[in-house]
Amino acid sequence: MELVFILEQLTNGLLVGVYYLLIALGLSLIFSLGGIVNLAHGGFYAIGAYVMVTVADRLGYPAAFVISPIAVALIGIVVERVFFRKFYRLDPALGLLLTFGIAMVIEQVLRMVFGATPRPFSIPEFLRGQVFVGDFIYSRYRLAILGVAVAAVAGLWYLLQRTPFGRIVRAGIQDPDMVGALGISLKPYLTAVAALGIGLAGLAGGIMAPITGVHPAMGNEILIAAFVVVVIGGLGSFWGVVLAALLVGAVRGLTVYFFPPAAEASMYLLMFLVLLLRPRGLFGERIARLE
Amino acid sequence: MSHRFQRPDRRQIIKGVGAAALAAGIAKPHIVRAQSDTVRFGHLTPLTGFLGPLGEYAQMGVQLAVEEINAGGGVNGKQIELLMEDSVNPATASTKAERYIERDNVACIVGEISSASGLAISQVADRNKVLFVNTGCNSDALRGANCNRYMFHVEACNSQYVKGVGRNFLRNGLIDGKKIYFLTADYAYGHDLSRVGKNYVTENNGEVAWEDLVPTDATDFSGYILKIRQARPDLIISNLAGNQITNFVKQYAEYGLDFPYGGFGFDTGVAWGAGKGNFGGEWPVIWHHLLDTPGTKAFVEAFTAKYGKPPENQAWGDYVATKILAQAMNETGSTETDALLEFLEGQKELDILKGRPGYFRDWDHQLIQEMYTMTAKPLDEVQDEWDLMVLGAPVPAADEDLTVIAPTREENACSFAS
Repeated sequence: MELVFILEQLTNGLLVGVYYLLIALGLSLIFSLGGIVNLAHGGFYAIGAYVMVTVADRLGYPAAFVISPIAVALIGIVVERVFFRKFYRLDPALGLLLTFGIAMVIEQVLRMVFGATPRPFSIPEFLRGQVFVGDFIYSRYRLAILGVAVAAVAGLWYLLQRTPFGRIVRAGIQDPDMVGALGISLKPYLTAVAALGIGLAGLAGGIMAPITGVHPAMGNEILIAAFVVVVIGGLGSFWGVVLAALLVGAVRGLTVYFFPPAAEASMYLLMFLVLLLRPRGLFGERIARLE
Repeated sequence: MSHRFQRPDRRQIIKGVGAAALAAGIAKPHIVRAQSDTVRFGHLTPLTGFLGPLGEYAQMGVQLAVEEINAGGGVNGKQIELLMEDSVNPATASTKAERYIERDNVACIVGEISSASGLAISQVADRNKVLFVNTGCNSDALRGANCNRYMFHVEACNSQYVKGVGRNFLRNGLIDGKKIYFLTADYAYGHDLSRVGKNYVTENNGEVAWEDLVPTDATDFSGYILKIRQARPDLIISNLAGNQITNFVKQYAEYGLDFPYGGFGFDTGVAWGAGKGNFGGEWPVIWHHLLDTPGTKAFVEAFTAKYGKPPENQAWGDYVATKILAQAMNETGSTETDALLEFLEGQKELDILKGRPGYFRDWDHQLIQEMYTMTAKPLDEVQDEWDLMVLGAPVPAADEDLTVIAPTREENACSFAS
């Protein structure tokens, strides 16, 4: 009997891991190619949520679902061109300071424009309700999120593994100098990757808006979890991040079941254990220029 | 082309001197005015973190009050000069309170929401013998074990919240002989609320059969909701705080469970953040903008005109506290701490915009006042994003003494001698 409930927490935890995944993938991608540890990623997540709420109030949910990640990706392009570009080959600490600053600016601007009080927003009518699988209960909306996340991950994988674009990005991650020597400028690829990663954060913010409080600091809440996922998965590893996100979700679910006060701390413990055994994370690759 | 040394022409010199004179002119009266023509109020409240949304309303409330007092002639013929800062956390709150008193020479300190920061500020106030009027910290301990002579509480304590809404749960048969599930915020406020709540439930023959401590940074409640579904409690009680309540309420609606639920602690703003169709349950509230009293009507009108939205109950706390302090200063003709303390301890009836006036109890400095409860409004009657609740009758009822929901001397031993 008990086992059923544990299993239920486990599957629910995997679903929770999917949200971390969407944010962690973008974070990992931007870091791998440009070497920028994007502390503003949570800020873009928050912008995604606010664009979602604002657009959905006027044009309806489906339009907002399409517009919000695109709008955030466009902001990402601007931020990459104006700021990130200048920091690619420098000491990572500088990029860290830069993005930390951007994160604070985003939070304060959101606070100035929308106020600190959470913005009301609900699940759209057609996605409300629950799905029962045997004795398990799932929220219909969360299953829809799962669908979106799987599509996003599959699309990203295809883009990186099966297209010329992806080949150049992967080559750029391994050896940017050699790519340059071949006469290929990485600049447009860096811009595209930043837009993609930041757009994913925007998408995550938009789809989380109906089930969490939409407030200016919401990005901070999720950013740390996303970093932990990237570190556990291993820098530069696509499947490492996927596996780590699901693992963090599952461990969190089990901790909530057995010892709730440690729910948020469980992922740090997991990170500690993983790094103890595998200092580069689960599937971490050797990135020469960072070691 | 050779570089030529340019002498500043006469016009530039005049401009420079003018600017300097102007700067000095602005700076000088500022210093003079601060010492004689104004009374300084120091305001502290968290603007960031999970209590930030409430802090924003606190600042709006105190600003409006100061504006109105100044328009009406100020206190003792002097204008109030309002200083506001983000209290951030207990350590920073304590430093800033110290600076208000030592550098800015404030007449009093108003504000705070976090019970932990409130304790830190009260210790500074006590050491320096300056009044601190707490507008948002609920922990009973601040009125009991940690009470001090220089701290007054406009915010109701946890006992008042618990007993206020608890009577309704009791009347609806949800406590006596029932098994109850507690979700508790894992910090000082949550622990204190849980302690007071457990006492109430046990005294009324109920049982707190399950309790989960929820980290303050938790945003996903699905795991807790599944545990609740497994436990099948008769009642779910939220001892959560700030954004936690928004997230829990939203996700509880998402999973569609039908166990009755409610909370022992609450702020209207977090329910507004949940949005239409998500808010449910029964909750205690210290004040609500739809209260039908002349004072409330005037306050809501002025607030809405200034900020474009109705005030949240936290705005009420800071507004009323400031008005009470101004009243004390005007009626005593003084800004000295001792005179104000004597006035506030005099148990004088104060207009707090509610049906019945309130007063500060002299032995623990708690504002003794009416509380209210509220439930969700049926969806088809909801007018706008601030119209999600139906306000219940005042607690205690009109024929009861206001102290019946306040902690007793046994529950909250407070001694000012220490």
